[in-house]
Amino acid sequence: MAHVALADKGQDLAHPKTWIGAYVWSQDHKVIGIQYIIVATAVGLVALALSAMMRLQLGFPGIFDLIQPNEYYSAVTMHGMIMVVFMLTAFFLGGFGNLLIPLMCGARDMAFPYMNMLSFWVYLASVLVLCSSFFVPGGATGAGWTLYPPQAITEGSAGSGMGIILMLVSLALFIVAFTMGGLNYVTTAFQARTRGMTLMRMPLSVWGIIMATILGLLAFPALLVAAIMMLLDATLGTSFFMPAISDLGEVSSTSGGTPILFQHLFWFFGHPEVYIVALPMFGIASDLISTHARKNIFGYRMMVWALIAIGGLSFIVWAHHMYVSGMNPYFGFFFATTTLIIAVPTAIKVYNWVLTLWHGNIHLNVPMLFAIGFIFTFIHGGITGLFLGNVAVDVPLSDTYFVIGHFHMVMGVSPFLIVFGGMYHWYPKFTGRMLNDTMGKIHFWVTFLGTYAIYLPMHYIGILGVPRRYFAYGTTLSFPDSVQVINASITIAALIVGTAQLLFIFNIIWSLFNGKKADSNPWRATTLEWQTPDTPPKHGNWGPELPVVYRWAYSYSVPGADEDFIPQNEVPSENSKHEVET
Amino acid sequence: MAIAIVIILLVIGSVIFHFMSPWYFTELASNWGDMDNTVTITFIVCGLVFVLANLFMAYCIIKFRNKDKDQRAAYEPENKKLEIWLTIITSVGVVAMLAPGLVVWAKFVSPPEDANIVEAVGQQWQWSFRLPGKDGRLGTVDSRKISIDNPFGMNADDPYGQDDVLITTNELHIPLNQPVKFNLRSKDVLHNFTVPQFRVKMDLVPGMITWQWLTPTRIGTYEILCEELCGIGHHTMRGKVVVEEEEQYQAWLAEQKTYAQHAAAPQGDAHAGKALYQVCASCHGLEGEGNPALNSPKISGQESWYVKRQLEYFKHGIRGTNPEDTYGAQMAPMAATLIDESAINNVSAYIASLPDKPAAQTIKGDIDNGKDLYETCSKCHGRQAEGKWSVNAPRIAGMSDWYLLTQLKNFKHGLRGAHPGDVTGRQMESMVLSLNEEKMQDIIAYINSL
Repeated sequence: MAHVALADKGQDLAHPKTWIGAYVWSQDHKVIGIQYIIVATAVGLVALALSAMMRLQLGFPGIFDLIQPNEYYSAVTMHGMIMVVFMLTAFFLGGFGNLLIPLMCGARDMAFPYMNMLSFWVYLASVLVLCSSFFVPGGATGAGWTLYPPQAITEGSAGSGMGIILMLVSLALFIVAFTMGGLNYVTTAFQARTRGMTLMRMPLSVWGIIMATILGLLAFPALLVAAIMMLLDATLGTSFFMPAISDLGEVSSTSGGTPILFQHLFWFFGHPEVYIVALPMFGIASDLISTHARKNIFGYRMMVWALIAIGGLSFIVWAHHMYVSGMNPYFGFFFATTTLIIAVPTAIKVYNWVLTLWHGNIHLNVPMLFAIGFIFTFIHGGITGLFLGNVAVDVPLSDTYFVIGHFHMVMGVSPFLIVFGGMYHWYPKFTGRMLNDTMGKIHFWVTFLGTYAIYLPMHYIGILGVPRRYFAYGTTLSFPDSVQVINASITIAALIVGTAQLLFIFNIIWSLFNGKKADSNPWRATTLEWQTPDTPPKHGNWGPELPVVYRWAYSYSVPGADEDFIPQNEVPSENSKHEVET
Repeated sequence: MAIAIVIILLVIGSVIFHFMSPWYFTELASNWGDMDNTVTITFIVCGLVFVLANLFMAYCIIKFRNKDKDQRAAYEPENKKLEIWLTIITSVGVVAMLAPGLVVWAKFVSPPEDANIVEAVGQQWQWSFRLPGKDGRLGTVDSRKISIDNPFGMNADDPYGQDDVLITTNELHIPLNQPVKFNLRSKDVLHNFTVPQFRVKMDLVPGMITWQWLTPTRIGTYEILCEELCGIGHHTMRGKVVVEEEEQYQAWLAEQKTYAQHAAAPQGDAHAGKALYQVCASCHGLEGEGNPALNSPKISGQESWYVKRQLEYFKHGIRGTNPEDTYGAQMAPMAATLIDESAINNVSAYIASLPDKPAAQTIKGDIDNGKDLYETCSKCHGRQAEGKWSVNAPRIAGMSDWYLLTQLKNFKHGLRGAHPGDVTGRQMESMVLSLNEEKMQDIIAYINSL
């Protein structure tokens, strides 16, 4: 029998019959995407509150009396893990991935809607398990988000009993959820694209999300085995990561294990994880910039190949997180070289964003402000990565505030700016209303300037040598009093930025009822999600007929065309005769 | 438009901040100036990219922002030539940073043959050190041999270990301008040996020996910081390195004891201590039960290593010298009656032999709240507040609770633990940072309930 592509088979969708079927146990990718976004936002707010507690401690030690050392280290750990995994990964892939992939590819839904639903519910379970660890005896784990053994499971760390066990179980659940979702995203993008949507016509958002998903599918298993091995170490007394130690004066029953093995497993996941967050961010940023500059993304094919190259290289750079870990120092040569090589495709992406602006017709809409802010913060975070990736430069800076400043710029502020930009951009498609512009602008300016006030000084106190993960600095020979002054100012900036995020949440809710009504394509964009017959799109997305695609996603400002954009599904005609074939 | 101007201002501001901010590398005290140079090179290359890319972006926004309805963007999907050139230029920049970095690293991975060996030992949350002694060779160790009498885990029958110099305080001396290779060993979890002025750092990993090397080039006293999260006392894990001339170094070295000398040190004699104790008994009671009326805490049942150390502190002016610590000051002349180390050992041994009856409980508080707060304390003082020798944490359960409150307040207000010699007392400084008096009472009420 001849092969029939999935996209041509026509998908039988089980339309929900009840409210619960439509909005709770939903199999509709759009509802699942929104469910992901709501949960990721909620848990993100928890992480934001934790950072406020940490900052009050660091900025005003002994004044606020809010947290004890064990709670501080729990907060450090949970803030990091939540933001990286449960917020950003879930938001970009579960949230934007679900919302955008089927719509941008011209599919009616994900390839496996039922599994997609399961993915969300298992994700929710992982979040609940994680948050429950705040309430168990000993509190949440305080091992740092890297969860390095032995300290993660020895008595001297906060939450070394139930806390760490719940963290590991939660991660395992998350990985199950991610795998179910991820297989969906990849299968949908590779198998369920509509007619005419070749790979090289896909919007970069989809490219970014599926590349990130592939990285996740390859990288998360390393974390899963590490989590399971550590669970066994913690509960059954195995010695995967545990050498013979003297644990607070008691000789341990473990022997022969190696803590560095865990670090390799963790970072074999952990570095691709950086790009699991970064690649969707790259993709979405590209689409925001192109749409609002009314110009095709510069060097589309180069952008796709750069995504693939970065994705591939991200698997051979992991040990640049371990230059001072005690691994064989000769590894430093290899990993410094691979790490600096990855800077080349990354720099090309930045050039291409900026060159997209060149001779553009730039509309400074709110999503565009966020995208431009992102270019600035990403350049900043990217170049400080060149310090830390280069082994001899990394050594004096490793484990200091320079690292905190660097990764918050590159994978804290930058992805969040794109999350926000994406929300302002696509909100009208999924709600039928625009987000409020004034609130959006205030949100942008406070966030953009505030975060720079937080993280720029951190790099410099890091160069001075101020270590990360200190509850308090106390009397010290090493640092001048000015460090405490800047710590206080960082805290004030952080509290202001934190508050501004509440304005964003308010805007989301307020605009749902009071926002300006949006037409189906308010940004006059080319990609398929803006060409749906209904806004918001109904279950099944496309009405009776799937769209047919004739061109790439970036036909903006084609000479001779009536409008400054030609949708991907517009039948070629006189209007599009001057466009380059894509 | 505003965004373009703001970006220009941010670029200018960042450059000004770079040159004007008071925070940059501490003054170098080792041979690793090359690391500073690689940082400078990276700053130059990256700074150029940062300035040019952002200014170009700001220019584009100003020049090509939408000004009127009919404005159209250019239509130019690709420009191969430009893309190739940009790739080449970027690659050149990357090589300019990578090459010198690798050269410096090549130096790091080959420590000089003649480097002095020093073993830095990390544990939760202290430093100690071991020097190879006259034979130039460190004896073997085993984590499973670590005990209160053998904190380094030495193999007693290893001949190379006998002359190893054991430095049990957190202060290490090294001679100026002589390369030193630090062998790094952890007894329990990951730690990291960092002296910001030396630039290099390396993790300590239990189960293996890691290393780093440097040549100290400037006389001075520098702080050792642990820079790998090692549990709730991580931020208190400090030490000191004193870099000094060879002559002073030799004088310091001569005062340090070898493993054999430590092992041969006599145990305290309780019988001899009994006579000495009569001075103590007038305040602390015949059975060491304490006397609140005289502000004398119960001392019976206390760990003798703790009693010994506190007596030494009082004797040497490390404790009880703060003018506001009036009761502590009364101990100084008392401790002075113990003429030498063996006297202190003997009296401590006698105190250890006294019957241990729980002290009367005088402090009330919210036990549930105290239980939550005690979570931090429990890491060192133990789940039952029984004390832990390995972290120098004394027993606090069943001791005089009013005294505990006084001491918590003293730590908080710098009456105790502020003396640089009081290494373990200083660790309490940040532990009590977030405790007000009410919380202290809650904690003590919980300890009383144990």
